[in-house]
Amino acid sequence: MTELMVHSAGPGVTVQDDGRGGYLALGLSRGGAADRIALFEAAALLAQPIGAVLELPGFGGRFEVTQATRIALCGAPMRVRIDGVSAVWNASHLLPAGAILDIGAVTQGVYGYLAFGGGLATPQILGGQGTHLTAGLGRVLQSGDRLPLGPDKGGDVGQALDPLPRWDGGTARVLPSLQTEMFSPDQRQRFEASPLTRDTRANRMGVRMLPDGEGFGLTAGGTILSEVITPGDIQIPGDGAPYVLLSECQTTGGYPRIGTVIPADLPRVAQTPAGARLQFRFVTRDDAMAAEAEYRRSLSDLPRKTYPLVRDPSDMPDLLSYSLISGVTAGEEM
Amino acid sequence: MQPNTRPQFPRIDPVGLDGILVRFADTLSEPANRAALAFRAALERAGWDGVEESATSLVSTYLRFDPMHVDLSALSGLIHSLLDEQDWYDAPLPDGRRLHRIPTVYGTDLAPQLDEAAQAAGQSRGQAIQILSGTQVRVTTIGFAPGQPYLGTLPPEWDIPRQTALTPQVPVGALVVAIRQLVLFSVSTPTGWRHIGQTAAQLFQPSSETPFLLRPGDEVLFPAIERGAFEALKSDPTGGIVSEVLT
Repeated sequence: MTELMVHSAGPGVTVQDDGRGGYLALGLSRGGAADRIALFEAAALLAQPIGAVLELPGFGGRFEVTQATRIALCGAPMRVRIDGVSAVWNASHLLPAGAILDIGAVTQGVYGYLAFGGGLATPQILGGQGTHLTAGLGRVLQSGDRLPLGPDKGGDVGQALDPLPRWDGGTARVLPSLQTEMFSPDQRQRFEASPLTRDTRANRMGVRMLPDGEGFGLTAGGTILSEVITPGDIQIPGDGAPYVLLSECQTTGGYPRIGTVIPADLPRVAQTPAGARLQFRFVTRDDAMAAEAEYRRSLSDLPRKTYPLVRDPSDMPDLLSYSLISGVTAGEEM
Repeated sequence: MQPNTRPQFPRIDPVGLDGILVRFADTLSEPANRAALAFRAALERAGWDGVEESATSLVSTYLRFDPMHVDLSALSGLIHSLLDEQDWYDAPLPDGRRLHRIPTVYGTDLAPQLDEAAQAAGQSRGQAIQILSGTQVRVTTIGFAPGQPYLGTLPPEWDIPRQTALTPQVPVGALVVAIRQLVLFSVSTPTGWRHIGQTAAQLFQPSSETPFLLRPGDEVLFPAIERGAFEALKSDPTGGIVSEVLT
């Protein structure tokens, strides 16, 4: 069996997949990749179903495989070298046995992803492979770890994809939530009108957003009986700074929620780096449904959006060790 | 409280794009919790197309669905019809519930806030232990962490507030109290609730055949044991817990 050897891993590197549904009633949130789009991009680049990948928050690590393996690099772009030669992000590559895959810091966004042909074959627990840190399922990777890879049916490498843009903040569309009406019209208007700055406090549970001026909050009678919370919900805790919940959020909570980010825009929230600006905008349910239809269409279209990567031969120390696809080197770069 | 709140409840609201919440009250009461549990059981039995998951909180039932597969208004209509079928506040609780006896050390170095809590409830330490160990409580909901129950309801004198400051850390298996409810912690965490008892309960064992000990609607007793018996419990994989099916 092919194995992934972890020589070193950045802080918080975990195995992630599409999460575990069905355990909400027992207090276990869905979890799964912070940026769900990346799972679909990885699957498209490797021409395989979505599965378990490595999630790299801010920094990657040094990796090696025991047998030549197709890999895909996607999500937030990171500095990457294969045996010292820089490689293209948002692309698939062949990682030869024994070659060192060195993934450094993000250059944009927050979460990069490393995926493998055949996927990671770590055991399923409660119907999923993903690490759920707050639930104590799995753990962050450490140097010396060896992870099994699944059998790869094979396929092209040297495929690239233009990622759905989501690295620099921007606008996140929001539906009203259970307590939206309890916030004064003035508060709701201010919430939409002013961009917020992504705080340094953020993890897989949620992201804190800092207002430029005054914070937000309920004026009177602001006790909420604890009830269900879902990824995307924007809580307003006592300090007045909106906190957007991500996939690994708790299952219930008592903070008032001013709105809920629609699923299509949640990857953008997760990928907004500290210091970047993000603006929330309320939309109607009809608009949100149209956005969801468009989101699902763009995810299912991804496999048709890959294109051969044009390589620069001067970056290739040993051309013969790569499985070249006919034509890809005959570009204008030669 | 209940007669005042009933006219506007149950109420149905969307939760984001893919959820619906049915709220039976805005304060915790036995009938509203009963309604949430019974209604969820009915939803599970109904097995409507497009519904992906359901859950309960203290007084509400949540349903997650695929909005591209089933329309929100169609689903709301089905929920309204099901709500109209019976008085959910007086409905029988779901079948298959269990009673768990979870041995508990009250007070001592293991649970240092028993005296403080008893005082807040206007009781002696002995009275407090008698009430806490003798009251059969219901798992009103599970949340915050996997398998972690809220339990209620204790007698009215236990309507004691949370502390203003947080206890920095209570261990796994800590039994804490506030506002007529108990929480039994499945994780080590800071809390504003008072730590009155310590158990050896393992509420979430992901690799076990039964990863979750408790389910919403189950009943629990916390019988008192001596401090000296605790170490033996800790090495017992069951934590000394005995469970039976309620009939």
